[in-house]
Amino acid sequence: MTILAMVAPAAQVVGVLLGAPLVAGVMRQVRARLEGRVGAGVGQPWRDLKKHLRKQSMTPSGTTVVFSLAPAVVAGSALLIAAIVPLVTTFSPLDRIADLFAVVGLLLIGTVAMALGGLDTGTAFGGMGASRGITIAALAEPTILLSVFALSLPAGSSNLGVIVAATAHDPWTVLSVPGALAFVALLTVIVAETGRLPVDNPSTHLELTMIHEAMELEYAGPRLALIEWASAMRLTVLLALLANLFAPWGIAGAGAGVGGFLLAAVLIAAKVAVLALVLGGIEVFVAKLRLFRVPELLAGSFVLALLAVTTSSFFASAVG
Amino acid sequence: MTMIRAARRPETTAAAGAEPQASHDARQGHDSRPSAAAVWGGAATLLVGLAGVVCGIAALAGRSWSLSLESLFPMVGVQLELTPLGGLFMLLTGAVAVIVGIYSAGYARAGHLGGFPLAVMPIFVATMLLVPAAASVPTFLLMWELMAISSMVLVLTGHRRAEVRSAGVYYAVLTHLGFMAILLGLLLLSAATGTTRFAEISAAIGDVAPGARTVIFVLTLLGFGSKAGLLPLHAWLPRAHAESPSPVSALMSAAMVTLGVYGIVRIDLDILGPGPRWWGLMMLAVGAVSALFGVLHASVATDLKRLLAFSTTENMGFVLVALGAAALLTSSGMRDVAALALAAGMLHLLVHGSFKMLAFLAAGSVQNATGIRDLDRLGGMARRMPVTTTLFGVAALGAAGLPVGAGFVSEWLLLQSLIHRPAPGDTLMALTMPLAIGVVALSVGVGVVTMVKAFGVGFLARPRTDEAAHAREADAPMLVAMALAALACTVLALVPAALDPALRAFGRTLPVPVATLGGVVIGPLGGLGSIAPAVLAAGMVGAVIFAVALSRIGARSRPPAQSAVSLWACGADGLTSRMEYTASSFAQPMQRVFHGVLRPETDLSVVRAPGSSYDIAKMAYRERPTDAVEAHLYRPVLRLVRAAAGWVRRAHTGSVQLYLVYGGLGLLIVLVLAR
Repeated sequence: MTILAMVAPAAQVVGVLLGAPLVAGVMRQVRARLEGRVGAGVGQPWRDLKKHLRKQSMTPSGTTVVFSLAPAVVAGSALLIAAIVPLVTTFSPLDRIADLFAVVGLLLIGTVAMALGGLDTGTAFGGMGASRGITIAALAEPTILLSVFALSLPAGSSNLGVIVAATAHDPWTVLSVPGALAFVALLTVIVAETGRLPVDNPSTHLELTMIHEAMELEYAGPRLALIEWASAMRLTVLLALLANLFAPWGIAGAGAGVGGFLLAAVLIAAKVAVLALVLGGIEVFVAKLRLFRVPELLAGSFVLALLAVTTSSFFASAVG
Repeated sequence: MTMIRAARRPETTAAAGAEPQASHDARQGHDSRPSAAAVWGGAATLLVGLAGVVCGIAALAGRSWSLSLESLFPMVGVQLELTPLGGLFMLLTGAVAVIVGIYSAGYARAGHLGGFPLAVMPIFVATMLLVPAAASVPTFLLMWELMAISSMVLVLTGHRRAEVRSAGVYYAVLTHLGFMAILLGLLLLSAATGTTRFAEISAAIGDVAPGARTVIFVLTLLGFGSKAGLLPLHAWLPRAHAESPSPVSALMSAAMVTLGVYGIVRIDLDILGPGPRWWGLMMLAVGAVSALFGVLHASVATDLKRLLAFSTTENMGFVLVALGAAALLTSSGMRDVAALALAAGMLHLLVHGSFKMLAFLAAGSVQNATGIRDLDRLGGMARRMPVTTTLFGVAALGAAGLPVGAGFVSEWLLLQSLIHRPAPGDTLMALTMPLAIGVVALSVGVGVVTMVKAFGVGFLARPRTDEAAHAREADAPMLVAMALAALACTVLALVPAALDPALRAFGRTLPVPVATLGGVVIGPLGGLGSIAPAVLAAGMVGAVIFAVALSRIGARSRPPAQSAVSLWACGADGLTSRMEYTASSFAQPMQRVFHGVLRPETDLSVVRAPGSSYDIAKMAYRERPTDAVEAHLYRPVLRLVRAAAGWVRRAHTGSVQLYLVYGGLGLLIVLVLAR
C-alpha cells in the first residue's frame, strides 16, 4: 500500500468538505437558469455557510444535548462515509473497515440523528418532519440493500473498493440488465435520502409540505451551517459513489502514481458536476409528490432492485 | 376491519381516546414493601443466575457433568447433563438473571414487587437454567412446564387488573397449545427411537422414517415457536410482556423466549439434522413473516412495553431466518455460508438478550417513576431521568441495528449469509435469498422507525403529562443493573469476536458448523465483505469531534452564545405539550402505508350538546391496529371449539341416571377394547 493510498481518505474528506457546497450551488444555479432566473451563483451556498458561521449560537429552552449534537452527528457520519468510500482510489486502507452495508448504516445514523434533533424540540413541525423523514428512510432501506446485493454478486464482494475495482476492470458488466435496474433503484433512493425533488423540495417555504426542512426549523447559526453543510456532503458523497459504482473510469488502482491520483480526483469532480447538472435539470421538470405517493415511488424502486437481484442471481447461477 | 360508529352516546362521555391507562406497577404489586425481602429476593435471583453463568461457562469450556436422579420422579427419573449446546443458553439466562436480580432489589424496594413474586423469581430462573440441562425427554418436558407455570405466576403479579388477567389467560392457553405440540412431537420421537435420552435418540435417529420426522419437525417448530413468540402462536407475547412487572418482562424477553430457539436448535437442527430443503424454507418463511409482522406492529404501538414485546417477535424472527438459512444452505452444500448464518443467529440471540433486557429495565424505571408506559403521555425523560434516558438510548441503538449499536454486527452477518452466489442452476436459492434480504431489510428499516419513536417521543421532547414532568431518577441498584446491561451491549457491539470461544464450543457438536468472527476486522469465511465495528465506532467519534470543530470556525468573532431562548416554532406563541407530536402521530405514516397489514380499527364517538342536534359537545376518535392472525386464525378456531362444546353440552342434561348410563357404557367399551 502506497503512502498516496494512505493519504487518499484525508484528501477525499477535504475534497468533499470544500466541494459539497459547490455541488448544491450548481444544482440551484442550473435550476434558476432553466426557470428563467439569473440565480445567486454557484458560490451562494458557501456565502450562506460563512454567514451562518458568524452568527451566535442559540439553544432553545427545553432541548437537550441531543438537539445540540445532532448536526455534528449528521456531519460526522457524512465525513466518515467520505473517508471510507472509494472516490479517488480503490486501494484505500479504510476499505476493509466498512462494506456497502455498513456505509448504508452510517447514512441511516445521520437520518436518525436529524430526526431525533427534530423531535427533541417538542414542536409540532419538528415531530412531523422527523416522522416523515424516518418513514421514507425506512421504506428506502430494502431497495438500497437489494441494490447492494445486485452489485456485490458480479464482483464477489460487498466491499466498495472491490466492487469499484471489478467494474473498472470490466466496465461492460454495468451495462447489463441488472446493472441498469440497480442504477435506477439506487438513484431513486439517493433522491429520497437526500431530500430532493420529487420526494422533498429543499427550497420550500411551506411548513406543511416539508420533510427535511421541518426537522431543522429550530436550528440557527453555526448549527444550521453544519446541517446545511452536512446535507450537501451527503448528496455529494452519494453522487460520487453512484458515479464510481457505475462509471469508475480513471479511478486510481493499485500502482497509480501522483499523476494517476490527480487525474482520478479531477475525473471524480467532473463526474459529480455532470450528475449535479443532470439532476438539477431534471428537478425543473418534476413536481413534488404528495407524501403518501412517495411510498409508491419507493415500492417501484424496490421492485426494480428485486428484479435486478434476481436477474443478476440467475445469470450468476447460470454462469456458475 | 374498519368500524365507524357515530352515535349519540352520552354514557361514553369518558372519551375513549383519553381513557386513562391504569398501568402503575404500584397498583399491581402487593401492599407489603419489605426492604429486607427485596434484598433477599434479588440476591437469590442473582445467586441462581451466577450458578447458571458458572455452569454455562463450564459447559462451553468442555466440562461434562451429568446427574441422574432416578428416585426423584417415579418410572422416568430426572436426568441432567451439561452440554456445550445448552451451555450457551445457560450462560445467557444466567447473565440476564444476575442483572435482573440486582435490578429487582431496587425495584422491589420501591414497593413495586411484593414478596411472592420475589420468591418465585429465583425458581423461574432455576427452571430456565434446567431446561437446557435436561438430558432426557421427560426431564425436558418437566422443566419446560415448570418454567411455564412459574412464569405464569409472575405474569399474574398484578392480577387485580382485568388486562393482567386477560394476558394471563392468553399466556396460559397459548403456552399450553405449544406445550401440547412439543409433547406430541417429543413423544413421537421417543417412540420412534425407543429411548428417552437425547444422546441415545441422536444415535438412533437414522431409524426414524422420513414421514415421522416431518411430523416431529412441524410439531416441534410450532411448539417451540410459540415460546419464542413466533407466528402463529405469538399473541401471548405482547400481552404478557406488557402486563408483567418489568424485571419479569426482562427475564421473559431476554431469556425465556430464547429457550424456544434452544428447542428448535436442539431438536430440529441437532437431533433431526438439517433435513430436506423445505424444512429450511419453512423456518425461513416463519422467521421472515414473524420479523415483519412483529416490527410493523411495534412501529405503531404506543405502549412502550408492548412495543418492546413486538420487537422481541421481530428479533426472534431474525434468529429463525438465520437458522432456516443455515439449514437450507447446508442442504445445498454451502457449509461455509451455513456456518455464517448460524453464527449470525446465535450472536443475534445473545445481543438481543442484552439490549432487550436493558430496554425493559429502563421502561420499568420510567414506569416506576411516572406510572406511565404509554408513549403518548410520556416525554421529557431526558431532563428528569438523564441516566435512564442514556441507557435506554444504548438499548434503542442496539435494537435499531445501526452501526456502533449492539444489533449491527449480527444483522450484518445475517445479510452476509444471505448474499452469495447461488450454486449453478439452483433456482430456488436464487429466488429465496433476494426475497429474504428484502424482508430483513424492510424489518431493519421499520425497526429504526420504531426505536426512533420509542426514544424520541418517550424520552426526548417535553413532558406530556404532570406525572412525566415530575419523574425522579431511579434508585442506585436499578441504575447499576442497567449500566451492567449497557456494558454488555457495548462490548458485544464493539468486540463481538470476544464470543468466538463460546461460538466455537457451541458448534462443536452440531451437524452445521458455526463460523467465528476473528479479530478487529470481521470478514468471515463464506461472507463477501468485512467490517471493523470498533474502528467504525472510533471513526464515528473522531468524525463527530471534527464536525464540532468545524462549527467552531469563526467562533471568536461571534456574539456570545445564548442558551434557553424560547423556541421559534414558526412564530407560534404559547406552545403547549398538547401541540407536540405524539407516538400515535409519529407512527401515522407507517399506519397509513401498511394499512392493509395492520388493519386499524377506527372508533369515532360523538356526543351532541344537550338540546341541540347540531352542536357537538365532545368527540373522541380512536384508531388501533388489529392483529390479523388473531382475527383470521384464532377466532374461527375459537368459534369451532365453541360450536363443538355446544354439541357436547346437549348430552349434559343434569340427569344423574343418564350420567350413570354414560359411565356404564364407557366402562363396557373399555372392557371390550381391553379384552
